Amino acid sequence: MSSSNDVVVTGLGATTPLGGDVASTWDGLISGRSGVTKIQADWAERFDLPVRIAAQLAKEPAEQMARVQARKMDRCEQVALIAAVEAWADAGLPREPATQVDPERLGVVVGTGIGGALTLLSQDDNLEHFGLRKVSPLTIPMLMPNGPAAWVGLSFRAEGGVHAPVSACASGAEALAMAWRMLRADEVDVVIAGGAEACICPLPLAGFAQMRAMSTRNDDPAAASRPFDIKRDGFVLGEGAGMMVLERASFARARGARVYGRLAGIGTSSDGHHITAPHPDGTGAARAITSALRTAGIDPADVGHVNAHATATAVGDVAEASAIRSSIGDHAVVTAPKSSLGHLLGAAGAVEAIATLLAIRDGVVPPTLNLDHIDPAVQLDVTTEARKVELTAAVNDSFGFGGHNVALAFTGA
Amino acid sequence: MSNEQILTDLAAIVEEVAGVDQAEVTADKSFVDDLDIDSLSMVEIAVQAEDKFGVKIPDDELANLKTVGDAVTYIASNV
Repeated sequence: MSSSNDVVVTGLGATTPLGGDVASTWDGLISGRSGVTKIQADWAERFDLPVRIAAQLAKEPAEQMARVQARKMDRCEQVALIAAVEAWADAGLPREPATQVDPERLGVVVGTGIGGALTLLSQDDNLEHFGLRKVSPLTIPMLMPNGPAAWVGLSFRAEGGVHAPVSACASGAEALAMAWRMLRADEVDVVIAGGAEACICPLPLAGFAQMRAMSTRNDDPAAASRPFDIKRDGFVLGEGAGMMVLERASFARARGARVYGRLAGIGTSSDGHHITAPHPDGTGAARAITSALRTAGIDPADVGHVNAHATATAVGDVAEASAIRSSIGDHAVVTAPKSSLGHLLGAAGAVEAIATLLAIRDGVVPPTLNLDHIDPAVQLDVTTEARKVELTAAVNDSFGFGGHNVALAFTGA
Repeated sequence: MSNEQILTDLAAIVEEVAGVDQAEVTADKSFVDDLDIDSLSMVEIAVQAEDKFGVKIPDDELANLKTVGDAVTYIASNV
């Protein structure tokens, strides 16, 4: 069934609140661990923020790279590079010299929702309190939202195009969609693609909290992220990165690469409805899913699993459920990984795409945590335990403020 | 402050900012050609040197400090 125009996934990398790599993250998802904890920093109390919890990285990124390299990079750039290094090695590609891939045929697409917020805010503090001299000359390269993509591109000497889609919480998935298009157009042979985010600091938390988009279940962090549950009260902010190495199938075959599966099709759409609220019927989301299945040549009946975006906001979860029912049906086993990972914003789609692919490989769908009483409007088979199921095709949803919708359709190796 | 002391302190700043081993930071070395320090790192080094030694290093002077020795001489004669 596979053709030379196919796009295959050969490498995975991640650093998340559940673990510092793909294996520990996947184990955390399958075993139903929560990555949500109390924020230890003093500022949550100092600013009297209504939100005192977050899904913080399991492993400090700066401790995993040379000190001088770390100080030149925003945390968001650090996590991107850490995940990319893992994915590249996982694809069996040597680092030095990178002889297997022609640099001009290597692309990078790394999305982020916000980019270097920590740098922007800390350097603004420096300017305010200590004056111009204390503003780092690295401020701009550290805060620019294309910074994560640019650092990954530099590190692997990608000369075939480095891109950074910014579409809020759909950014990571959109990066994978863009990689798929580059490979299908035969612009490059290999793309490192994914998403990165690291902005757990006062202003983003304050801003999201003022939107009333976040859970304030501060007294029970592990129970705070409750997608599809009747008592959900918003998302939990997380940080991390996910990366895939994607290749043209013919290229992967020629170099004898191990293949996880295919990114068989992608769908993108926009709501044209509201700057933050999703369309209540999920029509835009449904169009993205339908488009992903159409480009993949997959019948909705053959989709056995949906890895949902489901952030645990009141409107979003129900709109997505409606979109899944209208585009796929109610037969697929659904999971909501943000119940465990928190919401990694621009990294979410990439990390969850990895989980979608591993669900196919292992024939198991991770549990949705904290789903005590499903919202009756959802009407889907949302699993609350690790469910064994033979899968041939699965879909990953990602949506972002601004009305961005991305769906990715994966099939097995 | 002796030139030796300035060199020692400057080498510590170069290591902090650019990760170059202090032992490599000797008077004859060019910041760009020998120590592989880029222009952004040079700005950071200059700001830290200003704080450390209590000197002013304007941009047009910074451009003339090609070697570590140039910087030591400039700092010694301007403190």
